[in-house]
Amino acid sequence: MLRKLLIGTALASGLAFAAHAEDVKEVQMLHWWTSGGEAAALNVLKGDLAKEGYAWKDVPVAGGGGDAAMTALKAMVAAGNYPTASQMLGYTVLDYAAAGVMGDLTETAKKEGWDKSVPAALQKFAVYDGKWVAAPVNVHSVNWLWINKAVMDKIGGTEPKTFDDFVALLDKAKAAGVTPLALGGQNWQEATMFDSVVLSTGGPEFYKKAMNDLDDASLKSDTMKKSFDNLAKLVTYVDPNFSGRDWNLATAMVIKGDALVQVMGDWAKGEFHAANKSPGTDFLCYRFPGTDGSVIYNSDMFGMFNVPDDRKAAQVALATATLSKSFQSAFNVVKGSVPARTDVPDTDFDACGKKGIADLKKANEGGTLFGSLAQGYGAPPAVANAYKDVISKFVHGQIKTSDEAVTELVKAIDDAK
Amino acid sequence: MSTVATSQIKLTPEHARPRTSVRSRLQDALPKIVLAPSFAITIVFVYGFILWTIYLSFTNSKTFPSYAITGGRAYQRLWGWTFDTDPPSSWYTSITNMGIFGFLYILICLALGLFLAILLDQKIRGEGVLRPIYLYPMALSFIVTGVAWKWFLDPGLGLEQTLHQWGWTSFHFDWIKNKDFVIYTVVIAGVWQASGFIMAMFLAGLRGIDGEIMKAAQIDGATTFQLYRRIVIPLLRPIFLSAFIVLAHLAIKSYDLVVALTSGGPGGSAWLPSNFMYEYTFKRNEMAVGSASAVIMLMTIVAIIVPYLYSELREKSR
Repeated sequence: MLRKLLIGTALASGLAFAAHAEDVKEVQMLHWWTSGGEAAALNVLKGDLAKEGYAWKDVPVAGGGGDAAMTALKAMVAAGNYPTASQMLGYTVLDYAAAGVMGDLTETAKKEGWDKSVPAALQKFAVYDGKWVAAPVNVHSVNWLWINKAVMDKIGGTEPKTFDDFVALLDKAKAAGVTPLALGGQNWQEATMFDSVVLSTGGPEFYKKAMNDLDDASLKSDTMKKSFDNLAKLVTYVDPNFSGRDWNLATAMVIKGDALVQVMGDWAKGEFHAANKSPGTDFLCYRFPGTDGSVIYNSDMFGMFNVPDDRKAAQVALATATLSKSFQSAFNVVKGSVPARTDVPDTDFDACGKKGIADLKKANEGGTLFGSLAQGYGAPPAVANAYKDVISKFVHGQIKTSDEAVTELVKAIDDAK
Repeated sequence: MSTVATSQIKLTPEHARPRTSVRSRLQDALPKIVLAPSFAITIVFVYGFILWTIYLSFTNSKTFPSYAITGGRAYQRLWGWTFDTDPPSSWYTSITNMGIFGFLYILICLALGLFLAILLDQKIRGEGVLRPIYLYPMALSFIVTGVAWKWFLDPGLGLEQTLHQWGWTSFHFDWIKNKDFVIYTVVIAGVWQASGFIMAMFLAGLRGIDGEIMKAAQIDGATTFQLYRRIVIPLLRPIFLSAFIVLAHLAIKSYDLVVALTSGGPGGSAWLPSNFMYEYTFKRNEMAVGSASAVIMLMTIVAIIVPYLYSELREKSR
C-alpha cells in the first residue's frame, strides 16, 4: 500500500516536472477577450507565436469581464504564481509595477524602437521608473459619434461641428419620431460620454487640467458647471428605458435605426461590422462635436510579469509579436481600435480606422492626446470610480443641479485622492 | 492486520491490557483527529480571515494589503458618509437599502411562507405536486433568479411590453429603472426565491403540532381564526426563530441578486453593503474602506446571531 503510494507520488511529481519543462515554451496569458470579434483578433497573435514555437495557454477566469479577471490576477500575484502576461488597463499596470512584480522589457524595447513609435501619452502607463513593464496592444478613443446613415438622410442632417449643431440635430431626430440619442444608463457609459462633453465644452487645455491633472480650480470652474448643463441637455434626448442598458444594446438601437446616434468608444464599430454594416454607406463616424483634433484615449496593455528566467524568452517573444507592425495592423482592423504605434501603415483599415490613425498621429504631435477619466486613464481607479459615481447620480437624478454636481465632484475626488 | 492483532492478544494475555488501552485511547482520540483538519481550516479561513479583515480596516491598504496600522480613517470616512443624505452617498444608499430590503424581505417571506403553509396544510389533494412547485425557486441560484426577473420586469421586454401588446397600454411598471423603487424589485425577486423554502419550514412545524390540542380547542368552540392565532402560531415560535435567522443572514449577504437583477441600479441606487464592499475592495482599490464595511456587516450579523445563540444555549442548559 505504502509502496504504491510512493510510486504514485513519484510518478505525479515526475509529471509535474515534465509539465514544468513545457512551461518554458508556453505563454500563459490572462485576458477577458472572449467574445466573437475579440477572440478572433487574439487568434492572430496566437498564430504568430505558434510560428515561433510558443504554445498559448489561457489562464482560466471564472466569469467574463475585466473585474473578475483582475480579482483572479490579484490572487495569482499574491500567491507568487505569475502569468507570463495579463491584459491590463491604465493605472493597474502602474499599481502592480509599484508593488514590484512586473518584469523589465527595456532591452527588447530598445531593440524594437518602441520609444519612438509608441505615443508618449501611452508610455506613461507602459513605462515605470524608466523600465518598460507593459506592451500596449491598441489605442481606443472615446470621443466618437456613431450615426445611422439612413436615419441621418431621412431627417436631412449634416455633420454637427459644434455642440449647438449637435443639439439641433438631436431635435430634428426627435421631431421625426426617432430616439435621438442611444445611451446605456450604466455609470461607465454615462461618464464616457461626459469625457467628450467636457472636452467639447472646455477645450483641450481645460480637459487636461480638470480630468488628468485634477486641478481644483478647473473642477470648480463655471466651465465645469456648463459641462454638466450640457450633459443634462443630452440626457433629455434618451429614451425613458435607458437605465442599466448594456452598451452593445445601445449600439444595436443605432444599427437597427431605432436611434440616430450613440456616443461611444470605437469598440462600437465592432458591433456594426458584426452586423455587416460598412462605414460611409450604413453608418457614419464623426468626432464628438467640438473635439476634432483631440483624442481621448484608452488602451489595452499586456502587462509583463517578473517571471523566472527560463520563462523570459517566451515573454520577450510575446512582447515582440504584440508590437510588431503586422500584428498591430491585423489585430486592430478586427478590434476596431487603432495601432499603439504611429508608424503602422493604414492600408487595411476602413474609413473610420484611417481617420482614427490620422487623428492619433495629429493629437500625439500636437499634445492633444488625453487619457479618458471614465476609462481609467485619467486618474487612479479610486478617483475614476468616484467620478463615475457623481456623473451617474447626476444623470439619474440623485444629484439635481449642476452646482450641486460640481460640489459633489470636487468632494468625491478630494476624498478619493 | 486485525486478525493478527486479535490472535496476538489471545496468545499473550499479559500484553492485552496495555494494547487495549492504546486502542481505546486511540478510539477516544479518533473523533478529534478526524475533526482536526476541518477545525483547523475553519480557524484559519473563517476566524483567521475575520481577524485579518479587521486588521486591514485599520491600515491604509489600497490595491494590495499594507500592514502598517494607520488608525481608523476608513471608519471615519464611512461614518461621514453615513450622514451624507442629499445627494445620498453610496454608503448611505447601501445601508438604507439594507434596512428596506432586510425588513421587507424577512417580513414578507415569513408572512407569505406561513400563509402558504397553512393553506397547504388543509389536507388538500395534489399537495405532493404543489409543495415542490413552491419550493423549487430555492433550488435556483440568485443569478438565475436575478436574470429572469430582470427580463420580466424590464419595461421594454417583459411584463409592461407584453401587457401593452395585449392592449392595456396605460399599464406602467418601471420600478427596475427607477432610482427610488429599484430596491423593491430586489425584494420581489428575493421573496419569490425564498418564500417557498420558508413555507416548507412552517409546513414541517404545522405537521409537528399535536392534533389533540387542536381537537380540544375546537371542542371548546374556538373558531379557525382563533385556533391559528392563539394556538398554532404561538406553537410555531421556534420555527419563526429559525426562519428569521435563515432569512436575516440571506438578506445581509445578498450580493449576487442585486448584481444580476439591476447591475447596481440607476446611479448605484440598488447597492447593498456587500456590493459596496466588493466595489471598494476590488474595483476602487480602497481595501481599507472595503474591509471596514465588511467589519460593519459582520457586526450586524453578530448582533442578530449572538442573542439567538445565547437564548438557544440557555434553553439547553436549563
